[in-house]
Amino acid sequence: MALNTDKNSYTVLFAVIMVAVVGSLLAFLASSLSGKIKENERFERQQNILYAMGINENTPDSGVNFIPTDVVEQRFTEKVKHQYVWVNGEIQEDDQAFLIDVKKQLAALKEGGDARLPIFVGEKEGEELYVLPMYGKGLWDAIWGFMSVDKDMVVQGVYFDHKGETAGLGANIKLRFFMDDFIGESLMEGKSYSGIEVSKTNNDPVNNDKEDNEVDAIAGATITGNGVSAMIKETLKAYRPYLETIRNN
Amino acid sequence: MALLSKKDANLILDPLADNNPITIQVLGICSALAITAELKASLVMAISVIFVMGIGNIVISLLRNVIPSKIRIIAQLIVVATLVIVVDQVLKAFAYELSKTLSVFVGLIITNCIIMGRFEAFALGNGVWRSFLDGIGNALGYGVILVIIGFFRELLGSGTLFGIPVLGDPIAKTGLYSIGYENNGFMIIPPAALIVVGIIIWVQRSRNKALIEEA
Repeated sequence: MALNTDKNSYTVLFAVIMVAVVGSLLAFLASSLSGKIKENERFERQQNILYAMGINENTPDSGVNFIPTDVVEQRFTEKVKHQYVWVNGEIQEDDQAFLIDVKKQLAALKEGGDARLPIFVGEKEGEELYVLPMYGKGLWDAIWGFMSVDKDMVVQGVYFDHKGETAGLGANIKLRFFMDDFIGESLMEGKSYSGIEVSKTNNDPVNNDKEDNEVDAIAGATITGNGVSAMIKETLKAYRPYLETIRNN
Repeated sequence: MALLSKKDANLILDPLADNNPITIQVLGICSALAITAELKASLVMAISVIFVMGIGNIVISLLRNVIPSKIRIIAQLIVVATLVIVVDQVLKAFAYELSKTLSVFVGLIITNCIIMGRFEAFALGNGVWRSFLDGIGNALGYGVILVIIGFFRELLGSGTLFGIPVLGDPIAKTGLYSIGYENNGFMIIPPAALIVVGIIIWVQRSRNKALIEEA
């Protein structure tokens, strides 16, 4: 059968059929896998929050090892005592707070609307930790993470992740050598909330100086590093009223 | 080769050397610059492209007689994009960690001009089996160059391979670093990839003079 593929009617017909086939294939795939994908994302959030609290399976020389997915749900309910949302200066309990999309809330805050900012209060070795989500932008796309502080605003752990930073450069913000540097740094400089700067000039490659509010930058990843500094500042700005209440307690 | 006829075997072997998509046809340079700072990323990208090109060439070859020539480029684009999205979704559901590593590459795979180039130049005019071989061959040729670039960039730039230190510890000054060796920070930024590609092209053409174009 010789098919005349040059006719306009055939071209349109082909396009319609192809789009219909591909569209339904992708729709079917997306809906049948969405449950599993959602579950993976939930586990990931829980792993990230626990990681920022310093609860993980790292050994001194290992890479980033999360609590395994089969036990993460249980460990999360065990270690995270309260999940709150901070709305207009009031604190409310919300046991699904870890699923809140922080990007949307920070955008709402900027426009002066009502934002529901999640806060997680965990306990580690008898001390209360406050875990704050972060969201910002790197060189190519979004960066985000979690940061845990104690009541004196000293960082106890961080977790960073990114959507599409350059492999080998900006993507290294999610490696231990970078994240571990934040532990012990303070968000306060005297009485002001100064945040932590990712610095190219602090001359402190292994971060021995914990008083300088600076960690060493990654060579070749200047813009991602600046993005991390800015992200921490933004988070501090959004959560400052809440942090005041912790410090005054 | 007993398995493949000589003509078929050449479909795989040619793109590996004398008709390499990167060094001879100068296609796919964008991703060769973007993701070769680490050997692992290069390898993951190479495997992804082998997969997408193998399957993509089969699909295009099967459809070659029914695709209207007026919209063939769009049809090819849909095939690549669909394949990549399917792979991405399946990995997200069943290999979540791997999918996060790969997510960066999804856009780069779709826009890789080697894939579109082989669809257009080969799969549209050849049978399924030969198209499959051609896809695999070209993807391998692309992958080989990627891995070579990744190897040199990670070794010279970070002193590691697959993230494992091989030259010693630059901070504690052990291994090579104890005699004054330093990592070359230039190697981890994209222009270094262009220089490595240039050197590969030079080596290849000086070994095989037939490859040199007339000025």
